[in-house]
This record gives sequence, structure tokens and C-alpha cells, in this order.
Amino acid sequence: MKAAWKFLMAMGLFAATLVFAQGNLEVNTPAIAALKASMADRHAQLAPLYASGAVGLKSDGSLAVHDANAVPLAQRSKLNTLVAAENSDRAALYREIAAANGHPEWADDIRRTFAQRWIDKAPSGWWVQDQRGWARK
Amino acid sequence: MKRVSTATAMVALSLVMAGCVTINIYFPAAAAEKAADRIIDEVWQLKPGAEAKEGESAK
Repeated sequence: MKAAWKFLMAMGLFAATLVFAQGNLEVNTPAIAALKASMADRHAQLAPLYASGAVGLKSDGSLAVHDANAVPLAQRSKLNTLVAAENSDRAALYREIAAANGHPEWADDIRRTFAQRWIDKAPSGWWVQDQRGWARK
Repeated sequence: MKRVSTATAMVALSLVMAGCVTINIYFPAAAAEKAADRIIDEVWQLKPGAEAKEGESAK
């Protein structure tokens, strides 16, 4: 009888740990760190493009060319390359976070959460997309 | 009697464990939002603290 209660108590503690672990998402894996570093690096080139309206934040957690005319003709292919590279990193980031937490099926939920937060945190003057289309913050 | 208590404990335990697993399949929206904010701050370098640290090590 006593042993059973001790066992129950130990399992209760174990369960409490599980519930606590549930309160956080694991985001510290080498793959996620590499993606963050790559995106932070690219941001130096992207920041002036956000500010000029050349690129904007889409409602699906990716970037898109919003106004190619804001960039000189000679640099437009570079603009497209930057956007494509950033979108591929972002897609990988959402996938990696879901996988790191043992729930690959969360990737879309994570993408939606990020989409909202990228837009919320964007400084004023940047172009963002909502249900009605593009708008300047 | 003793055997019955152990059985009860085991049933209670399995219920607790099942409860944990059930909680864990729901997407933790609040935790995801916190994680997103941390990552966005790093990528966009919105927190001056992280920048300063890197600057110091570069000097």
C-alpha cells in the first residue's frame, strides 16, 4: 500500500514535469540556429528593401516583391534571389521548429503564428499584406 | 485488499499519463508566439542587447 502511494507520487511529479515542458517550444537546435544566423545575415540586405516598399510581408509568413520599381532595373534579379532565399529559410525554420518539438504537423500552425508576429513587429512604413491586400504600416 | 489498491493506483496512473499525452497533442499557441517573438527579435536585431554583445566580441 505504502509503496503504491510512493509510486503514484513519483509519477505525479513526472507528470508535472511533462506539463511544464508543454509550456515552451524547443527552438534551440543546431539547424534552427543556422537558419536564424542565415536570416539575420540576409536582413542587412533586406532591411532597405522593406523600407522602400520593394518587398513586403505576406500574410502567410513569407515575403514577396511588392514594388519592383523601387529597385533599379540592374538589381531586380538580385531582389528576386533574396526573396526566394529568405522564403526558403523561413519555410525550413517553420518545419524545423515543428520537427524539433516532435510534431511535424505543427508546421502550418507555426507558420501562421510567425506570419502574425512578423507583421505585428514590422516597423511603420513597411508594406504588409492582410485579407484586403497590401497596406503600408 | 492490497491487490485492489495497487490496481486502483495503476488505473489512476494510466489516466494521468493519458491526460498528459492528450494535452500535448494540442498546438501550444502561446508558447509558439513567445518563441516566434524571440526568433524575430534575433533575426531583425530588435533587441539592442544581442547586438551590443556581438559588437563587443568583435572589438
